[in-house]
Amino acid sequence: MASANGYLREKIRWRALELVFWPATLLPFVVTPDYLSLASQIAITALFALSLDLILGYAGIVSLGHAAYFGTGAYTAGLLAKHYWSEPLAGLLVAGVAAGLVGYATSHIIVRFRHLALIMLTLGIGLLLAEAANSASWLTGGADGLQGIRMSPLLDFKFDLYGKTAYAYSLAVLFLCFLLARRVIHSPFGLALRGIRENAARMPAIGAPSRAHLRKAYTIAAVMAGIAGALLTHTTSTVSLETLSFERSADVLVILILGGAGRLYGGIVGAIIYMVARDQFSGMNPQYWYFWIGLLLITVVMLLPNGILGGLGALYKKSQ
Amino acid sequence: MLSTRNLNKSFGSLVVAQDISISVPRGARYALIGPNGAGKTTLINLVTGMLRPDGGKIILGEEDVTALRPDARVKRGLARTFQINALFPQLSALESVVLAVLERKGESKAWWRSLPRYGEAVDEAFSILESLRLGPHCQRLTRELAYGQQRLLEIALALATRPRALLLDEPAAGVPKDESAELFTAISNLSRELTVLFIEHDMDVVFRFASRIIVMVGGRILVEGAPEEIARDERVREVYLGKRRHAFA
Repeated sequence: MASANGYLREKIRWRALELVFWPATLLPFVVTPDYLSLASQIAITALFALSLDLILGYAGIVSLGHAAYFGTGAYTAGLLAKHYWSEPLAGLLVAGVAAGLVGYATSHIIVRFRHLALIMLTLGIGLLLAEAANSASWLTGGADGLQGIRMSPLLDFKFDLYGKTAYAYSLAVLFLCFLLARRVIHSPFGLALRGIRENAARMPAIGAPSRAHLRKAYTIAAVMAGIAGALLTHTTSTVSLETLSFERSADVLVILILGGAGRLYGGIVGAIIYMVARDQFSGMNPQYWYFWIGLLLITVVMLLPNGILGGLGALYKKSQ
Repeated sequence: MLSTRNLNKSFGSLVVAQDISISVPRGARYALIGPNGAGKTTLINLVTGMLRPDGGKIILGEEDVTALRPDARVKRGLARTFQINALFPQLSALESVVLAVLERKGESKAWWRSLPRYGEAVDEAFSILESLRLGPHCQRLTRELAYGQQRLLEIALALATRPRALLLDEPAAGVPKDESAELFTAISNLSRELTVLFIEHDMDVVFRFASRIIVMVGGRILVEGAPEEIARDERVREVYLGKRRHAFA
């Protein structure tokens, strides 16, 4: 009997590679100090992708409108900082709560559908919010974006020009949210989510309230996406409509699939590769860089249908 | 323990259940037989709430469960298995059963504690698997299990909900004959308290394991009786067993 539990314990143990990975995220401070702003963007995108992974990779909810919660977090943080309270940590909290509320409200519709209907639905919700923000320009600044945000220092550290504070801040929040996500997927609730992904129709037959589970997962993911959005606001001191855009929803989906959905690290690895590639390609060829992104996507999907981590995992298994 | 009163269901002009009243006492082993399309699986779907009846009642114990959702019926002790494997391919056998145990205990909502902390649930899941001789395979992914083992896992999942009444929809479908006897031995070794209703096509198995048999034809109950009575019944022979007289020789 001890072996049954031991097997579950083994499954959730920290791997050596993980223990190498997280300290390595500190390397940009020393190795590429000129790229800390990019590193900060990557950490934020990774967090956003991680939040999508919770619903897509673990619960099987395909979303083309996840930017709705990212943007809600970004605008909440921006408006709060501009008008009331410029200290970032409280802003993070408020933005997470706001995105969570929107997430919880929309989850009641979301969990009733699956597959293609779900794609249309999430797309619709994303478009609704984006246009609402566009038309409410008295509040959001519309197409010009929300300007004039001045953040207070973060625990005595000013947000500097080189992005040192920004990266440290984004990385720390990413790590904390990662710990939370890791705990969630290794919990009974996480197991239930995987059950829903594997066979949603079977869940009621073992007495599971699938929809309640899905609503909760969707809300947690929305909170996390909102926190990612708030991070972007805090580290760039501006909010644009792009935070709510279809492009952002599509990008994060691509990033997650590129890295490997349902693997916790998929979003992080995907964000690193996608954003570094985008940075390099756009430097090489400012006009046609999407060509190279397209090529990268096709190559990865053809060679590694389960994403980069899925492919590496399969290679590792073969070598054993 | 489990009964239905005048259940009716039709899809358009197709009547799939007509005036179905059954009553399965506690601890009984009932077989549900009938030709293909007789409405056997439909009846199970109605009883478990996967389908809503147009009329009639379903009573579990003393309680009318007709209006309850499927998961709520499971919580009250009504479990089923499926004719075609309906499992969780990428979960291991142990994880699947742990999931079902946790759902029963109402602990599946917890997201702040890690799975190995639920030692009791894990032990219980493991002993269910062992009782069905799946213990040595419990760490393998469901999709990697042999077909017969997957059929057993179906039953393990149902047992994990600690049912009072268990509905088995062709538990041995697709399993070779020698293994299916083994599977039914496992079923007959289940607690004598447990009420079982099973659909099965193999008459040898039906007559060996059922204490009573319900014969359905065209969405209706043709006759219900003890195995000997069913074997003698002319109508049953005519509509269903005509070509299989040798089974009773």
